Amino acid sequence: MMATRHRRFLLSVFLVLLPWLVAGPPLRGQDHPRRIVSLIPAVTEMLFALGAGDRVVAVSSFDRYPPEVEKLQRVGALLDPDLERILSLRPDLVAIYGSQVDLRRQLDRAQVPVFVYSHAGLADVTTTLLQVGDRVGQRERARQLAGAIEAGLAETRQRVASRPRPRTLVVFGRESFTLRGIYASGGYGFIHDMVTAAGGDNIFGDVKREAVQATTELILARRPDVILELRADPLSLSDAKREVATWGQLGSVPAVRNSRVHIIQDARTVIPGPRVAEGVELIAGVLHGAR
Amino acid sequence: MTQRDANARTVGRRLTLTLVIFGGLTLAAILGAPLIGSTPISLTRVFDRSIPFADNTDAQIFFVARLPRTLAGALVGAMLASAGVVFQGLLRNPLATPFTLGVSAGAALGAMLAITFGWSLAWLGAPAAPLASFAGSLMAVAIVYALATARHHGLSTNVLLLAGVTMNAFFSALILFVQYFADFSETFRILRWLMGDLDISSYQPLVTALPLVAISFAVFAWLARPLNLLNLGADAAEARGLDVLRAQRAAFLSASLATGAAVSVGGPVGFVGIVVPHLVRLLVGADHRIVLPASALFGAAFLIGCDALARTVMSPLELPVGVITALIGGPFFLWLLVRRT
Repeated sequence: MMATRHRRFLLSVFLVLLPWLVAGPPLRGQDHPRRIVSLIPAVTEMLFALGAGDRVVAVSSFDRYPPEVEKLQRVGALLDPDLERILSLRPDLVAIYGSQVDLRRQLDRAQVPVFVYSHAGLADVTTTLLQVGDRVGQRERARQLAGAIEAGLAETRQRVASRPRPRTLVVFGRESFTLRGIYASGGYGFIHDMVTAAGGDNIFGDVKREAVQATTELILARRPDVILELRADPLSLSDAKREVATWGQLGSVPAVRNSRVHIIQDARTVIPGPRVAEGVELIAGVLHGAR
Repeated sequence: MTQRDANARTVGRRLTLTLVIFGGLTLAAILGAPLIGSTPISLTRVFDRSIPFADNTDAQIFFVARLPRTLAGALVGAMLASAGVVFQGLLRNPLATPFTLGVSAGAALGAMLAITFGWSLAWLGAPAAPLASFAGSLMAVAIVYALATARHHGLSTNVLLLAGVTMNAFFSALILFVQYFADFSETFRILRWLMGDLDISSYQPLVTALPLVAISFAVFAWLARPLNLLNLGADAAEARGLDVLRAQRAAFLSASLATGAAVSVGGPVGFVGIVVPHLVRLLVGADHRIVLPASALFGAAFLIGCDALARTVMSPLELPVGVITALIGGPFFLWLLVRRT
C-alpha cells in the first residue's frame, strides 16, 4: 500500500518534470528579455533610448514619453500595479520600484525576473542606465548614453560655475490658485541635485528630506531669489499667469518682487531618465539665461 | 427676590466670570501665537511704519503668515468646539462629535473630488477645494436631514445618528473610490488635507467664512436654553413649552453649517470637537448657557496653541495640526476622565 503510493508519487514527479528533462532547463539569464514591462517612466525612457523600445510590451499609467508608449498597454503604477494584467502579458522582465515589495514577491513566485529600481539622486541616473543596458544586452549603447549625459551635465555645470547662485525655492506641488499645501524639494533627491547642477542654491538644501512642506512663513523667512514651479502637466497660458500672480501675496520675497517666479512645464525636469541633462540645461536657462 | 431671579443672577455672574477667564485665555493665545514661530522676528520692525511693507520681511511674516493662521485657528477651533457641544446636546450622546453625522466625510469627498480632478475656479482665480468641501458638507447634511425627517413626525435623533454614521461610512467608501483614480502626488495632497492645515496665507478664507460663522453663533446663542431643556428628554422639554422640533432642527442645521465652514477653512481637524466640550464641562458644569461660550473660547485657544506647537516643535518642518490635537487631546482627556472617577 505504502509502496504503491510512493511509486505513484515518483511517477507523477517524473511526468511533471518530463518536458524539462527533454528540453533542458530554460535559458534564463543568458537570453535577453524580449517582453519587458516597465512601471517606471524613467526606465521606460531608458529602454527606448537604448533601442529596446520594441521589446517593451506595457508601461505604467503615468508614462507619456516617447510617443510610442501611447499605443502600449497600461498596467498600473507605484500604488496600483495590476499583477494579473502584468502576468497575462507573459513578460520576461518587469521593472518595478524598490518599495513594491509585495509585487516583487508575487513576481518572484511566478518566476518572472524583475529589475528593481530605486529612486535616488542625479548621479544614480547613469548608474541605473548602465544597469538597464546590461539587462537588455545594450551595454555599449548604455555606456555611450551615460557618457553623453555626464558630458551634458558637465557642460552645464561649467557654464554656470562662475555665476552667482540664486537662492531657489523648488516647488513641485501646491493647491491651485492659493499658496496652500506647498511641497518643495528638500536637500535629498534628484530634483535638488538637478537644481544644484543648474547653478541654483536650494533654500531647503539643509533639510535632509526629499520633500518639505513649505509654509508661507518659511518662504518669507528664507527669501528665495527665484521660485521654480516644476509641473509635469501643461497649464494654459492664462492659468499659468494667474498661478504666477498667486505668489504676489509674498511681496517681500525677492523672487516675487523681481518677477522671478517661473513655472516650468516640462517632463524632462521631473523624470530622472535619459533626458535629465536636457532638464538641467533647461533649469540653468531659467536661472542664468539661455546659452 | 424670587428664586428665579436669584438663579438668573447666579448664572449671569458665572457667565461673566467664565467669559473673563476663558476670554482672557483666548486673547492671550491670539496675541501670543503670532510672536512665535520657526523664524525669530522683531516686533519693533513689524510695526515700523518707516519701512515699506513690501520690503519688511518681519511684517510680512507677522501679517501674511502668522496672523491669518492664528485667526484661522481661533475660528476653526471655536466653531468645532461649539458645534461639538451642540451635537452632543442634540443627540444626547457624549460621544458625538462635529464629524459624527457625516459632515466632514461629505466635505472630504468634495475636497477630494476638487483635488483629484483638478477642478479649479479659474474664472475666479480661486482655489476650488474649500468651496467643494463646503458644498460636500451641505450635501451630506441635506441627505442626513432628509432621512431623519422622512418617515417620522418630527426629527428622530436615533435616525439622525444612524443615518449620519452610515453616510460617514458611505462617503468614506466613495472617497476610497475617488482616491483610486488619483495619482501619487494627489493622493498625498488628499491625505495631507485630511490631517488639517491652518496655513491659509491670506485673509480671504476667513472673510468668506465670516457670514456662516455669524449665523451659526447667533443660532448657538439662542440654542443654549433649548439644549438645557432637551437634556431632560424631548417629552419633558415639550412639557416645559419648548418647540422641540424647531430646536432640534436649528441645532442640527447650525452646528452642521459651522462644521462645514470650519472644515472648508482648515480641513477636518480632529479631536477639538470632543475634547474641548468635555474639558469645559468638567470645569464649569453642564449648563449650556455657560458651556457654549466657554467651549467656543477655549476651542479657539486650544487650537491656536496646538497649531503654535505644530509649527515650532520640529521646525523648520511642520507637523499637521490634527496630529497635535489628537496627541495632546487624547491623553489629556483620558487623564481627566480617570482623575474624575
